[in-house]
Amino acid sequence: MLIRYVIEKILYMLLSLFVLASATFFLMKAIPGNPFQGEKNIPPAIKQKLLEKYGFDQPLFVQYGNYIGNLLKLDFGTSMKQQYVTVESVIKNGFAYSLQLGVLAIIVSVVIGVLLGLIAALNHRKFLDGFTIFIAVLGVSIPNFVIASALVYLFGVQLRWFNVTGLNEPSDYVLPVIALSFLPTAFIARLTRSSMLEVLSADFIKTARSKGLSGGVILFKHALRNGIMPVVTYVGPMTANIITGSVIVEQIFGIGGLGKDFVDSITNRDYTLIMGLTLFYAVILMLARLITDIAYGFIDPRIKLIRGKGGA
Amino acid sequence: MKTTRSIVVMLLVLALVLTGCGSGASNESGASGNEFRLNLSTEPPSLDPAQATDQISFTIINAIYEGLTRIDENGDVQPAVAEKWNVSEDGKTYTFTIRSDAKWSNGDAITAHDFEYAWKRALDPELVPEPSQYSYQLYYIEGAEAYNTGEGSVDAVAIKAQDDHTLVVTLVTPTIFFESLLSTSIYFPVHQSVKENEAFAAAADTMITNGPFKMTEWKRNTSIVLEPSDQYYARDEIKFAKVSFTVVNDSSSELNMYQTGKLDFAGMPTGSLPTDQFASLKEKYGEEFHIKGTASLSYYLINTTAAPFTNTKIRQALSLAVNRKDLTEKVTLGGQIPAYGIVPPGIKGANDEYRNEVKDDYFQEDVEQAKQLLAEGLAEEGLTEMPSFRLTFNTNDLNQKVAEAIADMWSNNLGINAQVGNEEWGVFLDNRTAMNYEVARAGWGADYNDPISFIGLFTSKSGNNNTGFASAEYDELVNKVDQSSDLAERVKLMAEAEKLFVATHSVIPLYYASNIYMMKPEVKGVYVDYKGDIVFTRGYYEQQ
Repeated sequence: MLIRYVIEKILYMLLSLFVLASATFFLMKAIPGNPFQGEKNIPPAIKQKLLEKYGFDQPLFVQYGNYIGNLLKLDFGTSMKQQYVTVESVIKNGFAYSLQLGVLAIIVSVVIGVLLGLIAALNHRKFLDGFTIFIAVLGVSIPNFVIASALVYLFGVQLRWFNVTGLNEPSDYVLPVIALSFLPTAFIARLTRSSMLEVLSADFIKTARSKGLSGGVILFKHALRNGIMPVVTYVGPMTANIITGSVIVEQIFGIGGLGKDFVDSITNRDYTLIMGLTLFYAVILMLARLITDIAYGFIDPRIKLIRGKGGA
Repeated sequence: MKTTRSIVVMLLVLALVLTGCGSGASNESGASGNEFRLNLSTEPPSLDPAQATDQISFTIINAIYEGLTRIDENGDVQPAVAEKWNVSEDGKTYTFTIRSDAKWSNGDAITAHDFEYAWKRALDPELVPEPSQYSYQLYYIEGAEAYNTGEGSVDAVAIKAQDDHTLVVTLVTPTIFFESLLSTSIYFPVHQSVKENEAFAAAADTMITNGPFKMTEWKRNTSIVLEPSDQYYARDEIKFAKVSFTVVNDSSSELNMYQTGKLDFAGMPTGSLPTDQFASLKEKYGEEFHIKGTASLSYYLINTTAAPFTNTKIRQALSLAVNRKDLTEKVTLGGQIPAYGIVPPGIKGANDEYRNEVKDDYFQEDVEQAKQLLAEGLAEEGLTEMPSFRLTFNTNDLNQKVAEAIADMWSNNLGINAQVGNEEWGVFLDNRTAMNYEVARAGWGADYNDPISFIGLFTSKSGNNNTGFASAEYDELVNKVDQSSDLAERVKLMAEAEKLFVATHSVIPLYYASNIYMMKPEVKGVYVDYKGDIVFTRGYYEQQ
């Protein structure tokens, strides 16, 4: 049953999150440095007060207990660096931007990647196939910050077609989304191509053709549904890729998303923010996997989600 | 095939649509109305004058608040909220008269009570959200240190508002640069209503400020907008209609923004420009590209407690073997000035700049002499060759280039092996403070316009010494400087102290730093001061 499956998955998710929270907490405390570090040393008396205020002078396990206790109350605390800014508000503000970019990048990657893969598969061993492979290899090998910088330079600075930073107008989305989706598009194109090549030579396709169905119907209604499975599997790692890729892209395009907050929080030793963001990212990734797993069941009825009693 | 064709057509249409919606990019070049646009590398962590510790926060605070005094373009102290003041005979008691037309942004009058409240607040050991990290800048005031460290009561702090317009302050020792300090953030007044709202500085609409500008918009991680405050007593001196900041962390992006007309100012201190493009930018932009020396020193610390650096001759050899001219002209490329002392130019001495009155000709680079000193030093330590050692710095392009260049100079000139290693900022600071290093990079900027801001670094009780150098004679000289109110005498004592310290070669001065920025030529009245802070309050656009 689907419900049972989802509940089971969610329980595993919570367990993983707990382990992750604990591991991050202890690793974070193990790194040298503290949130009050700076070129100019603070007088020891003040530093002591600061440590006491945040409870850093207490034994590690006490701090850990406090932290887990707060987590269970869904209290992520306040940023240690940006005063009076709650971790929740940082996530809300930043995620708005990162989500828009991320979703657009995913849509673009899937749509264009699949289309490119289809073109390649349909023109196997002809020019378009080789050309698509070439683009795919480029996409996978060039780091996205190189692509981002090149796009900004060419289309932003030289041609002045787009603004170089910010997300204020619709056109501002074009360059960052291209930069973010370059690699996933390439990857999906290759996946689609090889998967479709396999599917297109299968028996049931020959049957469909001999039935007289048109090329388009065969392709999109029958072949694609089977060939899309590897792409669905890739959604999990792709989400991860886009999330991590967004760090650099957000930096280059001056977008106030979560990627930048994440990197800064580590440099600043902003403990509360580090924990909050790490857990948030973990939830996103786990949800992506969950959605992927559920999608499997809908796309390919041969896959049974729950082990055990048979049944179609 | 038909299907392929239709797919290809779909893709081409998509591409056309994208480029179509693209050319709608707003294309402003130069001044947009009367708005001054800059960039901040990061979000200001705090805009509470008592809590701010970084230059980005200070940039904003200096525009929306104002202290008793302010510093003009020449580094001289000018009256601000205090219209006049006098100092007692012994140099320890200051009596300030607050202007009668000074107002907060909500119309309330600014009184001496606001200053008393703000300074005592900055010293409050129980301040929320955290005790001020810069409270030690107030320790010149009698009773301040005791209160701040929990050893004394707030009533014993010698700050008194005698009436609404008279503020009396008594210092521990005559402090010549006190007037200069009054223009810094920790000494700014704070509206007493902050008692009721501890998060007053976290949003634009809860801040009541007294400076030439007020904040009208703050979108975290995206933008900050300032507009002139109509309550400011010198409102007609403020010409900009708006000052706005974007928050972009990447130096190349910042340069792109400047080049496409989105910024009127780019670079330090609020943002940054790509260091490897300095030479070409200078050539291409000429006057628009500025290099301004700042009162800040870049140097290497030597751990004088770790063998063989316990030997003065060995340390001296290292210093003499560095070619600072090559370093600044070929490596750092920012117009920095080679340093042979520890007090940078721009800092006031008795009548002129300290560095003009006291030449930093304490030593000269000399490779031959360095070789000899090294040999002698090693012999004294019973070594036949110099062991290899670590040269550490915090991860940063420029630091890396400098370290590699210097390690190279040492290798060629002295035949010694320095292992260049970068450490993450937090790790680096920890190691340096714990004296877990051999030679480490350091930098120091002026807190106020007096040489003691640098010379005081190396006393035995200074928390920023980090070298292991300790000398009773040095401490005594610094103590005498603190007690004296005679400008000439102070300079003489400080020169003696500097000479003593430099002769021990406990640090290797490298260069006096510079601020590199670009600014549209139509912008006037905006400058970077001796400290490296940007001052734009009286800026304006020249109509061309």
